[in-house]
Amino acid sequence: MLALAAQMAAALSRSGQSGGLIFLEGTLGAGKTTFSRGLIHALGYQGAVKSPTYTLVEDYTCQLGRICHFDLYRLGDPEELEFMGIRDYLDDGVLCLIEWPDKGRGVLPEADLEIRIEDLGDSRELALIARTATGQAWLAAWPEEPAS
Amino acid sequence: MRVLGLETSCDETGIALYDTERGLLAHRIYSQIALHAEYGGVVPELASRDHVRKALPLIHETLNEAGLTVKDLDGIAYTSGPGLVGALLVGACLGRSLAWALGVPSVGVHHMEGHLLAPMLEDTAPDFPFIALLVSGGHTQLVRVDGIGRYELLGESLDDAAGEAFDKAAKMMGLPYPGGPALSKLADSGDATRFRFPRPMTDRPGLDFSFSGLKTQVRTTILDCAVEGVLADQDKADIAACFQAAVVDTLAIKCKRAMQQTGVKRLIIAGGVGANRRLREQLQQTAESLKGQVFYPRPQFCTDNGAMIAFAGACRLLAGSAADLAVAVVPRWPMTELAPVDTLARPQGQQHG
Repeated sequence: MLALAAQMAAALSRSGQSGGLIFLEGTLGAGKTTFSRGLIHALGYQGAVKSPTYTLVEDYTCQLGRICHFDLYRLGDPEELEFMGIRDYLDDGVLCLIEWPDKGRGVLPEADLEIRIEDLGDSRELALIARTATGQAWLAAWPEEPAS
Repeated sequence: MRVLGLETSCDETGIALYDTERGLLAHRIYSQIALHAEYGGVVPELASRDHVRKALPLIHETLNEAGLTVKDLDGIAYTSGPGLVGALLVGACLGRSLAWALGVPSVGVHHMEGHLLAPMLEDTAPDFPFIALLVSGGHTQLVRVDGIGRYELLGESLDDAAGEAFDKAAKMMGLPYPGGPALSKLADSGDATRFRFPRPMTDRPGLDFSFSGLKTQVRTTILDCAVEGVLADQDKADIAACFQAAVVDTLAIKCKRAMQQTGVKRLIIAGGVGANRRLREQLQQTAESLKGQVFYPRPQFCTDNGAMIAFAGACRLLAGSAADLAVAVVPRWPMTELAPVDTLARPQGQQHG
């Protein structure tokens, strides 16, 4: 999971487009936060990356720019995103990682990239689906070898 | 000095009246748990709206119980952070404008400082310094407290808070919201030795916590035990007991380590998970093994409440702190940024431990 997150970080850097919207889908305990933490660390943030479940959003600044890590698990209604000021986060250049995007359907725009994590017990299967040109640019910039 | 305290940072509306000469006069807590239960969690905007609906009637009830009116107030304290911004704004707007209308000072209180000082509301209160374990749905922290506003963060959770881990494990097991207390109740009839869950980060030095991995452990164990997707009642109880034991052991090991490292013999427990009976028993044993002492607020002051805000606010108002006319809230606010004060607003003649 962490190796993949490091590859994702490399792809973001190489594509020259660090801002965008990533959805993370998977059951409770599948590894959405673990992947996000790995990505945020691989992008150069050095502090603790805590679960955003309680706070709904955690904000990080690293070399590449600003990263906002959302967990919509506790959201009752997608419209609540408006009260959180979601539009201010979805700015150009900000990388938004959104866990439980289903809870925001209708208010959230389309993702650049969807990451679906399937829990197979002792392993995980990840599907990466590009939904926009930005998402395609990220996948095109994917490194051949796992980043060390 | 009579201080009205308002707590609206999350899903409890807490109102209390604290008198620096007579102690706590009256308090009221309204919980939104029923409101949020159908969503399986706190809904930020609903929370704000509900605070708006409940705050004024609760202030009236609290004043009535104490036989006072707003004219008897000498100061107002409200939680100004950290928390959900919409919810915080309800208490801050109300507190600041009421103080302005009455011509009395007001002060914004740090929610976690409220929790840290909550044991001071009890008849037997700890002397400084003490080690505080703050455990709730949003926090797991070990703090060294040398005085009011003199806090040193010794360790904290690097991922999920302990209460969050309880709630998520409960959700995986299909227990009703709020999951933590339901899981603890179920654990009473379970065998805590059947499965071996890890005690995360206890095998290396340091005082930080990590509870995220336990979630995966619970999930794997559920999958192993379930027959055609259905978990037997005894399996459920055993998983709950093993999970609870893992969290409680981990917290106890780190508390012991914090007391040993600092040489401080007094431990206080605060936050919602602090009401967990198993945790209390185990920390009692831990402290006794170190010839130390444990202090708790009463269970209703472990979770969010107005009394702790009124008390912390009274300490700060006595020291002359007062907010300017702006209504300000701070959703993210490190505890270590607070200014130290030396005014402990406890009535004279109460015991110290």
